[in-house]
Amino acid sequence: MKRVILMALMTTVIGLLPGPALAAEKFFTLVGTTSTDNSGLYEKILPLFTARTGIKVRVVSVGTGRAINIAKNGDADVLLVHHKTSEEKFVAEGYGLKRYDVMYNDFIIVGPENDPANILGLKSVVDGLAQIAATKSFFVSRGDDSGTHKKELSIWKMTGIDAVKASGTWYREAGAGMGATLNTASAMPAYTFSDRGTWLKFENRGGLRLMTESDPLLLNPYGVILINPKRHPHVKAKMGQAFIDWITSPEGQAAIKAYRINGRQAFFPNAKK
Amino acid sequence: MTAPLDDTSILPLELTDVSFAAGGNRLIKDVTLRFEPGLKTVMIGPNGAGKSLFLRLCHGLLQPTQGSIRWQQETGAGRHQAMVFQRPVMLRRSVAANIDYALKLRQISRRNRGDIIDRVLHQTGLRRLADQPARVLSIGEQQKLALARAWALEPQVLFLDEPTASLDPAAIHSVEEIIAAIHDAGTRIIMTTHDLGQARRIADEVLFINRGRILEAAPADRFFNAPENDLAQAFLRGELLWWNKGQDNRKQGMPPKGENQ
Amino acid sequence: MTDFSDAFAAAIGLVLGLDTSLTEIVGLSLRVSLTAVAIAAFIGLPVGAAIALFRFPGRFFFVVATNALMGMPPVVVGLIVYLLLSRAGPFGVFGLLFTPTAMIVAQVLLVTPIIAALTRQVIEDLWIEYEEQMRSLGAGPGRAVPALLWDGRFTLITAILAGFGRASAEVGAVMIVGGNIDHVTRVMTTSIALEVSKGNLALALGLGMILLVLSASINAAAYLIQHNTKRWHA
Repeated sequence: MKRVILMALMTTVIGLLPGPALAAEKFFTLVGTTSTDNSGLYEKILPLFTARTGIKVRVVSVGTGRAINIAKNGDADVLLVHHKTSEEKFVAEGYGLKRYDVMYNDFIIVGPENDPANILGLKSVVDGLAQIAATKSFFVSRGDDSGTHKKELSIWKMTGIDAVKASGTWYREAGAGMGATLNTASAMPAYTFSDRGTWLKFENRGGLRLMTESDPLLLNPYGVILINPKRHPHVKAKMGQAFIDWITSPEGQAAIKAYRINGRQAFFPNAKK
Repeated sequence: MTAPLDDTSILPLELTDVSFAAGGNRLIKDVTLRFEPGLKTVMIGPNGAGKSLFLRLCHGLLQPTQGSIRWQQETGAGRHQAMVFQRPVMLRRSVAANIDYALKLRQISRRNRGDIIDRVLHQTGLRRLADQPARVLSIGEQQKLALARAWALEPQVLFLDEPTASLDPAAIHSVEEIIAAIHDAGTRIIMTTHDLGQARRIADEVLFINRGRILEAAPADRFFNAPENDLAQAFLRGELLWWNKGQDNRKQGMPPKGENQ
Repeated sequence: MTDFSDAFAAAIGLVLGLDTSLTEIVGLSLRVSLTAVAIAAFIGLPVGAAIALFRFPGRFFFVVATNALMGMPPVVVGLIVYLLLSRAGPFGVFGLLFTPTAMIVAQVLLVTPIIAALTRQVIEDLWIEYEEQMRSLGAGPGRAVPALLWDGRFTLITAILAGFGRASAEVGAVMIVGGNIDHVTRVMTTSIALEVSKGNLALALGLGMILLVLSASINAAAYLIQHNTKRWHA
C-alpha cells in the first residue's frame, strides 16, 4: 500500500515539473489565427527567426476574436491577426503598443463543381454573393467572429442582402475554423468564403472548386502588434519586439515572400520600409 | 494467557435498568444483570427476542436508550473485549494478514505480531492456510479464523453471536472446542445460540430472554433440569410460539379465539 | 469519403517511421493524463471515502455535486480553468496558461469527481458489510479508511481507469488551456482536432487509431492484473 502511494506521488511530482530543457528556454508567445497556422507559413519562417536570435516562438492558434481576447488578457506577448479595424481599436484602447503592416494574402470563394449559382468567372465578388443569395444556393459561413468571418460579412453588406437572416436555410453558420468549414462545404456541397492559404493546403476538397478570386475587395492584410507592457508588465517586450523587428525586416519579408504552397506564393509581404 | 484478573480487569460488567428502543418500540426491557469473571454464559430464546441486540449493547456497538452499562474500568474497556459474529467478516487479504490487521489496530509491535499470529493459527488448526486469501476459505474455516483473530487480542471478554448458526456439524464441533480453549485461557465467554444442544454443552450459566425481557437467569444445571419460568419451560419443550404472552388461561399451543393468525 | 485503409496506412506509417513528433505527442499525452489521474486519485479516493463514511452538514450537497460533476463537459472545465489561470484572472501571476501544467490542472478537475463518486459508492457498500466487525476491533470510520480503500482496490482500479479514459480522450479542456502549441502542449487529441481542421482526415483517423491502441493496451494490462489476482477479489 505504501509503495502504491509512493509511486503515485513520484508520478505527480515528475509530471508537474516543467522539464529541465523547457525551464531554461528563451521563448515568447505569439497568438494568431488558425488560418495562418494551417497554411504552414509559421512552420517555414519561424525556425529562421529562432536561428537568427535563439528565441523560440510558441504559437497559439485560435479564431481572430479569441486571439484578440487572449491578447487583451495579457496571456500572450505578440498578436498577429488580419482584421485592421479590430487591430487599430486594440492599439487605440491601449492593449497594444503599435500596429505594424506585415503581409497580406487574399480570400477566395470556392463552391461545388456544378456551380448552381453560376458564378464561375465573375470578376466581382459582390455580384457572386448576390447570385448565390438569389439562387438560394447553399453557402457555409465560418460564423465564428474571426477575421475571415468579419470580412465575409462586410462583403455581404455591400450586396445589400441580409444573409444572416437566412441562417439555417441556404446560409449555414458553422461556428468553426476554416478547415472545419471547408470540410462542411465539401460534404454538403456548398459555397464558402476561404483564405487562399488554407485552401491551397486543404486536402479534403471533394467536389469543391475555386470560383472567385482577385477582386481587390478580397485582399486580406495582416498586422502584428506587441501587447502593451505598460498594461501587462510581465509581457516579454524585448523578445516580442525582436520578432516584430525581424518579420518586418528585409530578411523576414523575404522569407514570407518565399513561402510556397503547391508552387504558389501564398502571402505577400507589405511592411513599411 | 490473559492477565490475571485484578485492577486492570474490566469485569464485573453491571447492567442497571437497561432498555433499548427503536422506532418507538422497546426491544430490550428493564435488564438488570451482573457479569462476574470466570464463567461461560449462554443466552437463549426465540428468534426476535433480542439476543443479538443484547450482545451489541454489552459490547458497546449500541447505546441503551435507558439505564446504564458499566464495566469496572471507566474508559478503555473496549480494548479488552472482542466479538465474533454469526457470519465472519474478513478483509480481502490473507488469513495471516487479517489477524495482523487486528493486532496493528491494538498497536501491538511488529516483533510480537508474528509470534502471536503463528500461535493462534496453530491453536485453531489454520496454520497451513496462513497465506491463502481469507475469503476463499470455507465458512467454517473463516469462523475459526474469526475466533483466532479474537483470541490474538487476548480479550478479557469474548462476545459470540450465534457463532455456529451457519456451520455444518464438524465445524460446529471444532468451533466449540476453540471456544472452550479460549475460556480455559482465561477469557469470559458471553454468547447467544438457538441450538439448545450447544447451550447444554457449553453453558455454565443460562440467560433466557423473550420479547426483550430476561425471564430467567440460572446456573446451567438448574435451568435445564428445573426451569422456573413457564415460558422457559415451553421453550425447552420446543413449544414457545409467538402469540404466547405468558401465564394465563389460554391453552398452550392454541391461538386465542378471535385473534388473527 | 475517406478510406479507412488510408487512415490505417497513415497510422502504420507514423508508427513505423517512429515519427519524432509522434513520440513527442504520445509522450506528452501520457504524461499529462497519467499525472492528472494520479493527482485526481490522491484527492478523490479520500474525499469519496469521507463522504461515504461521515455525516456532516452539507453532505447531501457534496454527493449531488460529485455525481453531477462527472458529466461536466470538458470544454466548460477548460473555459473555467482558462479564466482562473489567465493573466487577467486570479492565478495569472503563476504564468501557467499554455503549459502542460495547466492541462494537468484541467484534467484533474475533470477526473476527480469520477473517482470520488465511484469511491463513495464502493466504500459505502463495504462499510455496510464491515462496520460492526471493524468497530468491535476498535476501528471507527476514520481509522478504517485505509483498510476499506485497500479492500475495495479492484473496483477502485476500475474507477481510476475510467478516469484515465476520460482524461486521455478529451480535447475541449486541453485545447483551451494548453493552446495546442507545437512541441509544448500538443497532445494526441488536439493533434487529431488540428488535422481534421486542416482536412487531413486520413492522418487524423490514423492518429485516432494510435490513441485507441494506447488506451486499449492500458486497459488490457489492467484487466490482466485483475484477472491474475482474482482469488483476492472474492
